[in-house]
Amino acid sequence: MSIDIVGISKNFGSFTALDQVSLTVPSGELVALLGPSGSGKTSLLRIIAGLETPDSGHILFNGEEATARQVQERKVGFVFQHYALFRHMTVYDNIAFGLTVKPKKTRPSKLDIRDKVFNLLKLIQLEQLADRYPAQLSGGQRQRVALARALAVEPQVLLLDEPFGALDAKVRLELRRWLRRLHDEIHVTSVFVTHDQEEALEVADRIVVMNQGRIEQQGTPSEVYDHPATPFVFDFLGNVNLFQGRVHEGKARVAGLELATPEHAAARNAPAVGYVRSHDIEIERDALDVSALEAEVRYVLSVGPLVRVNLALTDGHGIEVDLARDVADRLSLSVGERVYARPRKVRVFTEDYQI
Amino acid sequence: MGLFRRKHAVLPGFGPSLGYTIFYLSVVVLIPLSALFFKTATLSWDQFVTAVAAPRVLASYRVTFGSALVAAAVNGVFGVLVAWVLVRYRFPGKKLIDALVDLPFALPTAVAGITLASIYSANGWLGSRLEPLGIKVAFTPVGIMVAMIFIGLPFVVRTVQPVLEELDQEIEEAASCLGASRWQTFYRVLFPTMLPAILTGFALAFARAVGEYGSIIFIAGNMPMESEITPLLIITKLEQYDYAGATAIATVMLLVSFLLLLSINMLQKWSRRFADN
Repeated sequence: MSIDIVGISKNFGSFTALDQVSLTVPSGELVALLGPSGSGKTSLLRIIAGLETPDSGHILFNGEEATARQVQERKVGFVFQHYALFRHMTVYDNIAFGLTVKPKKTRPSKLDIRDKVFNLLKLIQLEQLADRYPAQLSGGQRQRVALARALAVEPQVLLLDEPFGALDAKVRLELRRWLRRLHDEIHVTSVFVTHDQEEALEVADRIVVMNQGRIEQQGTPSEVYDHPATPFVFDFLGNVNLFQGRVHEGKARVAGLELATPEHAAARNAPAVGYVRSHDIEIERDALDVSALEAEVRYVLSVGPLVRVNLALTDGHGIEVDLARDVADRLSLSVGERVYARPRKVRVFTEDYQI
Repeated sequence: MGLFRRKHAVLPGFGPSLGYTIFYLSVVVLIPLSALFFKTATLSWDQFVTAVAAPRVLASYRVTFGSALVAAAVNGVFGVLVAWVLVRYRFPGKKLIDALVDLPFALPTAVAGITLASIYSANGWLGSRLEPLGIKVAFTPVGIMVAMIFIGLPFVVRTVQPVLEELDQEIEEAASCLGASRWQTFYRVLFPTMLPAILTGFALAFARAVGEYGSIIFIAGNMPMESEITPLLIITKLEQYDYAGATAIATVMLLVSFLLLLSINMLQKWSRRFADN
């Protein structure tokens, strides 16, 4: 089922959670709403579910008006960050709940419910834990039960609110890959909220980046990552270094570098900021040409497979560079050393940039 | 030593604190209660049976335990309602009402009894309005229940309130996303979660009602076989210097109360089986 969100606004008192948001979620896709806390992503998800009513705007399911539909009629599966399992029910009863509350006419027989629940238990690989209570499960297991419970009623839409937010790093990684595989199997239209850019990039078909109640950019993970539309998106997806400068008639001068920026051909000596991802900078011992900036090594940190180098440019401005371990080993940098930093990719935004 | 083996705890002092607990319980509870049994033991078996199974005494058991059960049940329903309103809604005067709930704890029981009796008597403020409807409250078994309900109310409210406050809104949202109606959400999801606390409150209200004396004697009418409560019979016996007879009845009361509370506790344990692990 496709979801159309048309001009949705929502205020909580004087706080604007959503400001005229419009978005289409195509049928069968897995869409991530990505943004910092307070960006309105959870409010949008709750409005789709019917748990919150918008101040204005419409929600359409399959092209049909659904703004006024009750939560119960929307046929959405909702997965909460803190699982929201019924703690007085066993895993089996939790999963069966949605089926057992159906009106008598449409309720499946006890045997059918049993089959269905055990199929779902197989899907989440927890068949042997059917009689346990939620308190006896680990976080990852609880979230899988919550997912099975949501899927039991065969929802048209699956909504997940920071589903892996309360889990530890390793379980989170496992579970999000499992969610991706599950989605490839069942193809239910899914929207999940996250503030973890890596999670969104890895799992989603499409990413919708939100900020301050508005959509900054939407697109496939590679579109959003490789071609950020706004400084915010650039900044939010990964580690970024900022260089102050100016643009004039398609030529930018940032941090002493000359760059061709045809997209700013109309700019007349406007202030600009150059954005460079920390892994898009090379470090060299010798200045080969003018496109490298002289700098001093302030400190070197090993972060797993990466080595994070902090440099101070001659004007005192600090930049961060992520090097692959083998590259760093070859350079074997020491603190206080004089080196040259060469940005590989610079994206220039003028400061009055508007979307 | 196996009996006292324990995990290493953050706070030291398992030995002293257990010792103190046992000492304290002995002085405050066990020794007075065992004195009751020793005094009762001065009676022969026949004397004991005559004392505790006389028709008038049996009638008083029925009145006391029956009214206490009804009162605790009424509090079980309305106490939950009060707790629900106090937790779920915001309204002017909420703090005041919250404080009012505790008043039956603080009020001297005799004051409560006299007040209730005068309000519910045939010429009282409420009694005069109920009388034409054929409802007599004061000086009947109904009056006993009214007094018991009054003194038992805070127990259920105060045990259920924290549980309701802890209940996560998301639980209800999850239920409604799964298609449950409001009523289904209440009786399938909320009520089972509250049940252990309701049972605890019920047990406390019941225990308090069984032992209540001061507020009831003013409103009960104290007619033998009809509206005479067991604690009053015990006092009557004491006034006649029949100490052994009084303790015999007290012993029976104690045992019955203990058994009832024990079974409520078992029920409560069962109702929170999900949290045991």
